[in-house]
Amino acid sequence: MKDKLSIPDPLISLKEFTAARIAIGRVGNSIPLKQSMEFKLAHAHARDAVYSTLDVDGLINKLKVFELPVLHVHSLATSRQKYLKRPDLGRLLSDESKELLTGFTTNPDVAMIIVDGLSATAVNENAPGLLKILVPLLTAAKISIAPLCLVEQGRVAIGDDIASGLNAKLSLLLIGERPGLSSADSMGAYLTYNPQPGLTDESRNCISNIRKEGLKYKQAAEKIFYLINESFKRKLSGVALKDNAGLLD
Amino acid sequence: MYSFTIRNKVYRFNDLKTLLAKASPYRTGDVLAGVCAESYEERVAAQIALADVPLKTFLNEAIIPYELDEITRLIINDHDTASFSLISHFTVGEFRDWLLSNETDPEVLRSVEAGITPEMAAAVSKLMRNQDLIAVAKKCVVITAFRNTIGLKGHFSTRLQPNHPTDDPKGIAASIIDGLLYGSGDACIGINPATDSPAAVLNLLNLIDALRQQFEIPTQSCILSHITTTLDLVNKGAPVDLCFQSIGGTEKTNASFGINLALIDEAYQATLSLNRGTIGKNVMYFETGQGSELSANAHHGVDQQTCEARAYAIARKYKPLLVNTVVGFIGPEYLYDGKQIIRAALEDHFCGKLLGLPMGVDVCYTNHAEADQDDMDNLLTLLGVAGCNFIMGIPGSDDIMLNYQSTSFHDALYLRKTLGLKPAPEFERWLIKQGITDDKGSLLQINPSHKLIAGLL
Repeated sequence: MKDKLSIPDPLISLKEFTAARIAIGRVGNSIPLKQSMEFKLAHAHARDAVYSTLDVDGLINKLKVFELPVLHVHSLATSRQKYLKRPDLGRLLSDESKELLTGFTTNPDVAMIIVDGLSATAVNENAPGLLKILVPLLTAAKISIAPLCLVEQGRVAIGDDIASGLNAKLSLLLIGERPGLSSADSMGAYLTYNPQPGLTDESRNCISNIRKEGLKYKQAAEKIFYLINESFKRKLSGVALKDNAGLLD
Repeated sequence: MYSFTIRNKVYRFNDLKTLLAKASPYRTGDVLAGVCAESYEERVAAQIALADVPLKTFLNEAIIPYELDEITRLIINDHDTASFSLISHFTVGEFRDWLLSNETDPEVLRSVEAGITPEMAAAVSKLMRNQDLIAVAKKCVVITAFRNTIGLKGHFSTRLQPNHPTDDPKGIAASIIDGLLYGSGDACIGINPATDSPAAVLNLLNLIDALRQQFEIPTQSCILSHITTTLDLVNKGAPVDLCFQSIGGTEKTNASFGINLALIDEAYQATLSLNRGTIGKNVMYFETGQGSELSANAHHGVDQQTCEARAYAIARKYKPLLVNTVVGFIGPEYLYDGKQIIRAALEDHFCGKLLGLPMGVDVCYTNHAEADQDDMDNLLTLLGVAGCNFIMGIPGSDDIMLNYQSTSFHDALYLRKTLGLKPAPEFERWLIKQGITDDKGSLLQINPSHKLIAGLL
């Protein structure tokens, strides 16, 4: 795209100071076509991420190496539209999924839960890579892991339903975060000690922006491993645990 | 008990709050709260029944009990009977027609403002189409001042919003300069800080204050920290122009924000005492948005638009410079798509203006809402026609800290040019003096050696 008519922006030299869309120039009073299309493309990526679906077969295939059972479960939200309109339904397991879990109550240390959230793309791309580093750390530390759960149309709190169903001491939930214009594939990790239905966000620790261009798998895995150990030691998670997590930085 | 019968089917509405909720145009938040009309017919039945309710009823039937809620107490205790007298004999439906009539001009509207309660405003809005909301809001002129004058007829302002994910001073300054060179920032230069730590907020306050003084910019700054943080900084003599707070329409919502009326009162008085405004004393900046009461699980079965209007009762007590409804930020479970966001924005702008508030709108959406730039262009244009006081100005519409899309510097220029609107007069004179715009408001070509740019490098 040529933009002969657009007026060069005098602020180009300031672009190094911020990722904000400064110095984009103008045609008349409007945004030049090139920048307008860049924005549109970023929004398209974000929209596609919201409507992306969990790659269940691909994930099962990639998670095989851990030799753990993999359970495929579903929230009460029956469609993406329902999911977006009714967050309460995304926090609860469907009856069939609850039924499925009853066969696996082995009192594990950690329930590992992979949820599509607002960007299935994010977990499709990032969950296996993170777990390849994290699972060996946990196994070496003799921390037992529940069957891996793949959850469709889920919100963060669905982890409480699942982990308490599995009788796990702690839940680690990997979920696709709300896509931004600069990143449609950002994964979040939520850690909850003694997970029970009805908990709210202050009882969780969150590690955000896990992706290749963000928080790298190795750093994220180490951070999560540290938090899991601290959480078991102090028998809590959330705001109180966060205070000490600063030691990592 | 209210009721209306359509073809032998009797629709009954147990109380005023149920009637209001059922009469509200469809939106996902009211469905989520379980207060929405169950059919199109029920909604219209509720609207027809609501049209026959006398305005006086709203003074006698509190939708949230007086004993339970300090916002209800504020609404009732501050109600101005003298202002109300002109409209006291109307039903909601008659009130709608009266608002639209040619005889009801800006002065008349001003004279009844203190007699209108938020619930009356919300009720009448539910009977109005979008064009009615625009036509009446256009007649309500609300002018405020601090270092410049905002809300004058034919003028249209922007809050320059130079947010940065780590509050990096150079990054923020770069966005500020970018905005100023596009003629943005007359409503204020307002930063949402990434952290609420007093030291970080103070740094940002000093940053903008130094910039403002260095270039003698006739505008005001605001760091949108929690009111307790701002109050502490005011008491320590920090350069606070405007005191910010998010507010909701119920006492319980505000409790979840960590605020109450006594606290706002204290912060208002403290900020006022700094006496930093040169031409006016409007020192408060409030933000609101439909759905925050439900989100805080504090809506008392009241629909989200009526809750929102109740927040304006708080705002008007403190004579704010700016009130901003952040309409599309909350997400699709409250306002699902462009249609719902646009309707809600026009309702908020109308109700706020009718109650005498200097309304601005954050024309915005998140990536999980069914909305895009075209919806925002529509809303922006409608608000320009409706006489909205201000919108946000964000580099390329992309807020890299809050991760949502709002209006760009270019969007404001589009609106000014298309509708013939100008910035605040004091700010406009400054733009001309700096060689940023000519006397017709057209942007001039800026040389990279311009002192605003050179000052940063």
